[in-house]
Amino acid sequence: MSDDTSLNLFQQQEANRRRTVLLVIGFVAFFAWLGFGGDYIYYLSTRDAPRTAYHHVFPWLGIALTVIALLTAWYAYATGPEKVLWSTGARPIVDPTDPQEKQLVNVVEEMAIASGVPRPRIWIVDDPDPTAFAAGTDPLHAHVAVTRGLLELCSREELQAVVGHELGHVKNLDVRLMTLLAALVGAVALMHDGATRVLRGGTNLGGGGGGGSRGGGKKGGAGPLLAVLLVVWILSWILAPIITQILALAVSRKREYLADAMSAQFTRNPLALASALQKIEGAVAPTAAIKRGAAHLCIADPLGRRLTAREGLFADALATHPPMAKRIAILRGMGYAQLKKEGGGVA
Amino acid sequence: MGSIIFLVVLVVVAAWLIGAYNGLISLKNQTLNAFKQIDVQLKRRHDLIPNLVNAVKGAMEFERSTLEAVIQARNQAVKVNATGPEGIKQISQAENALSSALQRLMVVVEQYPQLKATGNIGQLQEELTSTENKVAFARQLYNDTATQYNTKQQQFPTNMVAGLAKAQPADLWEIEDQAEKAVPQVDLSMKPKV
Repeated sequence: MSDDTSLNLFQQQEANRRRTVLLVIGFVAFFAWLGFGGDYIYYLSTRDAPRTAYHHVFPWLGIALTVIALLTAWYAYATGPEKVLWSTGARPIVDPTDPQEKQLVNVVEEMAIASGVPRPRIWIVDDPDPTAFAAGTDPLHAHVAVTRGLLELCSREELQAVVGHELGHVKNLDVRLMTLLAALVGAVALMHDGATRVLRGGTNLGGGGGGGSRGGGKKGGAGPLLAVLLVVWILSWILAPIITQILALAVSRKREYLADAMSAQFTRNPLALASALQKIEGAVAPTAAIKRGAAHLCIADPLGRRLTAREGLFADALATHPPMAKRIAILRGMGYAQLKKEGGGVA
Repeated sequence: MGSIIFLVVLVVVAAWLIGAYNGLISLKNQTLNAFKQIDVQLKRRHDLIPNLVNAVKGAMEFERSTLEAVIQARNQAVKVNATGPEGIKQISQAENALSSALQRLMVVVEQYPQLKATGNIGQLQEELTSTENKVAFARQLYNDTATQYNTKQQQFPTNMVAGLAKAQPADLWEIEDQAEKAVPQVDLSMKPKV
């Protein structure tokens, strides 16, 4: 078993490193397309303009957007964990005084030992709804946050299992990808709002340019190409936030099963996680403190979306988490297999 | 053409050799590190016990034998621990004895409501639970890592590099069955009184 999981762990770490790089490349490439695509459209529309009029030759828009995207990606990577924690209103536990907090610190320390990662920084979100999440760029700079509601609701063993799940995400580098994604989703949403205004000006220019090319007599050449480019380009602008959202959903579902399995490996107590998940599932109220951008980081969908209860094409495309019932069933299966094995050993 | 194929094969074999060798060395160091972690946690436990005993001593005059068993087991464990990693068998025996002595003490503490009523004992119990868990998890990580290391160095084809990497099977941290199993029995016999 340990050899198997270690292989999985290694593959998962590699996959996460690769996906993080791909995410950054995709992010920058998307912005480069927005920029250089706009430049090209502008170039086509001004190509046949009179000699004295403005000719768009230098792709300043593309260069500017690419540089912005690079800076954003770097900024998201450097400050992602802080931004995510800040957006949830978490506060760090420095000197635990209250017995519940002390227990949380102990439990996190225990799980750090069991998983073999350095002790992460511990945060509390003062929200009555039970949930937990991890953030960070690597195991050395990791953060684990739980809500006050989780501390109230869960027994020590259940808390241990939930923290084990989060440290599973830390150990296999899920946190790197997920934190970066959370930060990028936020950045795109922000930039999109700002850029929509610029875009409105851009379409006006493009429309005027299209008229100009018709007058130039190149009907078969630039006209349709220009129109298609323009439509795709505008669609890209409009869809940017949705695309990043779907990306955020797609990366988070499968790894929940793996983190569940890692928690079971650390605690040797899969039934504790099963009962913790059941309790978290039972608390239907959405977590007020967790915004949409950080939802994919949590142990269970904090927005209380009922999609999580179902499986299928639609749910697969839109839910951040796999069906809770299936996760619980898998953990129970592990628990009973373990009991059977131990029972056989004793008898 | 033939020499090119030969060269390619040579490069592939060399790359595999390097990978397998480095994999073994990495596992070896992980195993050593995991062992160190147990040591850290054991030391922590040894430091905690005198405080624990002092805290409950006054209220538990008539359970002197339980307390003495804990102190004795602790001193024995500290002594054996000084011998270093070579004596893993003796260390694990002494630590297991200490674990069961501590667990007996905790069962006894459960029976004194006036002890539990003072907030100190609640915190102390949490500390002790955590310490015991930390020792157990450190042991678990060591055993997992050591098993992985042992499996790797015995499996074909990595076993051919094992000599080169000076890989030796690592001893696992044995959990003594009697000591571990005795505890729930004690627990059960005490239950009716609570």
